[in-house]
Amino acid sequence: MKHPLSAVTDRLVILIPYFWLLFFFLIPFFIVFKISLSTTAIAMPPYTPVLGLSDGVSGLITQIGEFSFDNYLWLTQDALYFNAYVSSVIIAGISTLLALIVGYPIAYGMARAPATIRPTLLMLVILPFWTSFLIRVYAWIGILKPEGLLNQLLLATGIIDQPLVILNTHTAIFIGIVYSYLPFMILPLYSALEKMDYSLIEAAQDLGCPPMTAFWKVTFPLSLPGVIAGCLLVFIPAVGEFVIPDLLGGSQTLMIGKTLWNEFFANRDWPVSSAVAVILLLLLVVPIMFFQQAQARAQEQGR
Amino acid sequence: MNASWSRFNITAIVLGFAFLYLPIVLLVVFSFNESKLVTVWGGFSTKWYVSLFHNQGLMDAAWVTIRVGLISATMATVLGTLAALALTRYTRFRGRVLFSGMVFAPLVMPEVITGLSLLLLFVAVGLDRGFFTLTLAHITFSMCFVAVVVQSRLVTFDRSLEEAAMDLGAPPVKTFFQITLPVILPAIVSGWMLAFTLSIDDLVISSFTSGPGATTLPMKIYSQVRLGVTPEINAACTILIGIVACGVIAASLVNKRREVQRLRDEQAAQRG
Repeated sequence: MKHPLSAVTDRLVILIPYFWLLFFFLIPFFIVFKISLSTTAIAMPPYTPVLGLSDGVSGLITQIGEFSFDNYLWLTQDALYFNAYVSSVIIAGISTLLALIVGYPIAYGMARAPATIRPTLLMLVILPFWTSFLIRVYAWIGILKPEGLLNQLLLATGIIDQPLVILNTHTAIFIGIVYSYLPFMILPLYSALEKMDYSLIEAAQDLGCPPMTAFWKVTFPLSLPGVIAGCLLVFIPAVGEFVIPDLLGGSQTLMIGKTLWNEFFANRDWPVSSAVAVILLLLLVVPIMFFQQAQARAQEQGR
Repeated sequence: MNASWSRFNITAIVLGFAFLYLPIVLLVVFSFNESKLVTVWGGFSTKWYVSLFHNQGLMDAAWVTIRVGLISATMATVLGTLAALALTRYTRFRGRVLFSGMVFAPLVMPEVITGLSLLLLFVAVGLDRGFFTLTLAHITFSMCFVAVVVQSRLVTFDRSLEEAAMDLGAPPVKTFFQITLPVILPAIVSGWMLAFTLSIDDLVISSFTSGPGATTLPMKIYSQVRLGVTPEINAACTILIGIVACGVIAASLVNKRREVQRLRDEQAAQRG
């Protein structure tokens, strides 16, 4: 028996978050796309034309006629943007791989830990995530600087006799991304590895399979959903990362998130930064859809 | 089973945790440094904390950050919980695919895109940028994280409890508040905490959507870091870390006590 009220509440439960996200998440993308087709103007807001019904339908048509793809042409003409996209994808890709290499043994160790201490280990992985992202990136400046703690340590122990230049290089960005996103890699890996039936490995080893082969033939394939989820969780935001390349990469580093930020805040060129955002979104749309499918599948299995 | 908790595993965990925690520990240690140089130890001092509290700009920014955090986390928890309910309870409604897409996409969306698109929305509808737009932006990105946290609790929820309550004549809203809510409350609380941390932590989206007079602490810290690293920022960061650590520890203690209580209740019920 359905309560008369329940139809109303049912609908509200869906409609309230639905419309919130529609208005504050989806519609803004169309506005970004619209403004990427406009031209810069010295005004506030600094772009023309503004699509609106203030001049009636005919005015709207004129405005559409004034749309230009100049900003996109501009992006293709200046090698800066192309290089920034490519180097963002490469830097994010290498960082994702490094995060996987660093995160996998940790997740594996956690999954094989005695069941009593696993919740504590899990909390210890999540805890740094609760401290500010900006602070964690900032902490690395003090470590990686030429006169920083790492160089002091290496000089004092006599491993090197010249300070290493790490800050303001790609290495610093890799360290920053791996460090900041490591929990996102470990958590899905851990949940995949923890569910695994370890008697399978014992069986493989009993049948004479060497441990390394058993790992590659049994453990790794079974943890693949976790590997994919972890890699997507690191890769997608890392491509558009701004704070890490800005603070650790120095002025030389080319990454698209930084380019967008500079177009917007330094050059005040809203249309071009919108075009940069549209292309970045197109670049990420496939990995994002992969991620959503993986999420939906995990949700179905959890049911 | 314990034999497989091998030396390799222990080494991996110890090194991993050292990597995760060492930078934070160093940051905290050097906030008590006498010397102005952040990397050379000059003796113990709390003078940076004193000068921090006399830095009116930072204090104002901290106040803005806390207010935005409290308001946006609360709103995001309500909206995120509704979204989680919609996703788990209603397996088919028109536009469900789009809806779940809009819930999951913000989790990975680069912040520069979210920030820019929200700013352009606010300009398009003629909202002046400031405290209000900042709060709206924070609600939007953090509600999705709340939705995921609450949803993961809801999928394991035993719905026969609700059905029993409804069969006994409880209206759906009452059933929700008396049966469902108490069970999923821990997830809602951790969702709120996550939303609050994300909000007080955010730099990129805030920079886009905030206006004059609504500078948040991360924005302030960022502009000072660009000018150079000072122990005062280390002190500010240490206080933030301290607040968060206290919150997390308190929450886990509450959770543990609740768990113990629940086990005791169950045992008592079994003894009948």
